[in-house]
Amino acid sequence: MKEKIADLEEKARRLRVAIVKTLHKSQSGHTGGSLSAIDMVCALYFHKMRHNPAEPAWDGRDRFVLSKGHAAPALYVTLAECGYFPAEDLMMLRRLGSHLQGHPDSKGTPGVDVCTGSLGQGLSMANGMALGLKLDGKENRVYAVLGDGELQEGQIWEAAMAAAHYKSDNLCALIDSNGLQIDGDVAKVMNVSSISDKFKAFGWNVIEIDGHDMGQIVAALDQAEAHKGAPTAIVAKTVKGKGVHLFENKASYHGVTPNDDELPEALRCLGCCD
Amino acid sequence: MGRRTHTERDLTMIATRDAYGEALAELGGENDKIVVLDADLSGSTKTGVFAKKFPNRFFNMGIAEANMVGTAAGLAAVGKVPFLSTFAIFAAGRGWEQIRQSVAYPKANVKIVATHGGVTVGEDGGSHQSVEDVAIMRAIPNMTVIVPADGEETKGAIRAAAAYKGPVYVRLGRNKVPSVFPAGHQFEIGKGVVVVPGTDLTFITTGLMTAAAVTAAEKLKAEGISARVLHIGTIKPLDKELVLQAAEETGAIVTAEEHSVVGGLGGAVAEFLAETRPTLMKRVGIHDRFGTSGKSDELLKYFGLNAETLIEEAREIVSRKK
Repeated sequence: MKEKIADLEEKARRLRVAIVKTLHKSQSGHTGGSLSAIDMVCALYFHKMRHNPAEPAWDGRDRFVLSKGHAAPALYVTLAECGYFPAEDLMMLRRLGSHLQGHPDSKGTPGVDVCTGSLGQGLSMANGMALGLKLDGKENRVYAVLGDGELQEGQIWEAAMAAAHYKSDNLCALIDSNGLQIDGDVAKVMNVSSISDKFKAFGWNVIEIDGHDMGQIVAALDQAEAHKGAPTAIVAKTVKGKGVHLFENKASYHGVTPNDDELPEALRCLGCCD
Repeated sequence: MGRRTHTERDLTMIATRDAYGEALAELGGENDKIVVLDADLSGSTKTGVFAKKFPNRFFNMGIAEANMVGTAAGLAAVGKVPFLSTFAIFAAGRGWEQIRQSVAYPKANVKIVATHGGVTVGEDGGSHQSVEDVAIMRAIPNMTVIVPADGEETKGAIRAAAAYKGPVYVRLGRNKVPSVFPAGHQFEIGKGVVVVPGTDLTFITTGLMTAAAVTAAEKLKAEGISARVLHIGTIKPLDKELVLQAAEETGAIVTAEEHSVVGGLGGAVAEFLAETRPTLMKRVGIHDRFGTSGKSDELLKYFGLNAETLIEEAREIVSRKK
């Protein structure tokens, strides 16, 4: 297991490098939230989820919903690393004609099942998937990654209510709680605390973790799968911009990309010599 | 097929929502991929008929329309054919951005069947009378918008919506409406129907205004005015062929709908003809205002949504032709 964790950590490091390079090339996109979510996305795709990059529509796959769709670079580099599409495609992020849209688009990108990006809508879709899979007697699971700022959207709580009501224990929401949103601290813009208490009050199984500790992420995903009768929320404390000190904990890096001057230092932080 | 004359017309009155409930329950038996969602109005929208027959495939989402739309999108993403229903004001209004982002943008196979469209909602008043749903649904790319004239067409439309792969918005009414089409009428998405032939002008109508137009055409005949009635069951995509033909052959168009004249059927026809064949036109509908409380038949009269208005507009437009 120790080796597995170390592998995942190394994978996550490489994905961070890919995020930085991709966003440096596109000069448009969301750096901070991609870097805060990537460890969880990495653990899902390289450890937890059943999926088949050679057959994106494989019936036996688990489902992934990036509700905080602006972290699309985190999803795209992961899908490319898995082999859903060539890594060269990443250099076309947000360009006219590219399948890699600014926010995830199921119409064009292999491995993307729903369109997200307008915040607050992904958890409803994830629960719809969970209900449909259960109806078919399938054991597949559905994972949704949400932002903490996103929890300000009322629809999230409509979905939270419904998922608990329908006992969607095949649904797991991962809250990327990096504490920052466009206008500043989540706690100052519109305080969503306590996230754990809120989900508990809505009838969810709640697990709190450090969202950059691969061992905790993996353990939480396993616990979530084992929990029956209610959906699970993994409330993950994260650092916006994690891995690159230039970007860490800066709300200003929500929607700003690495520039030419920052790139070498960013890559150095990530242990990358190229 | 759907075309019929006055002598054949029966006087059966059925609410389109009742026809929907019946058709949905029937379809549910034929296709187990069909699932149904409602937001605490299953008795009124008639999805309750399906719910009773197929409780496992019915999801009451409570009074939370935004989540209902997203849940339907998720169900569609795993291969289900979701029908979701509530009143038009809540489906198209409250759920607009969810329909836009989670349903239409990914071209999800979700059917939105909104009941209680228009002012015939009646006593509940302006807050509950959707006069703009067709316009805001029509503006969304990938969306198909259907407004059936009667119960028979509703059954066909629901069947067609289930068979079509992609988002569909169907707008139904609360009250019983006269039959326009015979039993077994085949509905085809995007196809209009000439219900009454005519040469002096064309009533291009949708929903319950088609029956009013048939009545108006009969009365006008006695005055020597030959009015065609072209029923447009699918507002989007519009049957451009039949609309253009009506413009070319009759030279005058009166549209009629239980909806705002802004952006609905009248808007669609005006947009199309303005660019292809500018034609004398009048739009009968609700003129950029909200509804109000009252009995539904009083409201139809109050807003001029009846045969009398159509007759006046027909006389006026025909006189302008000369």
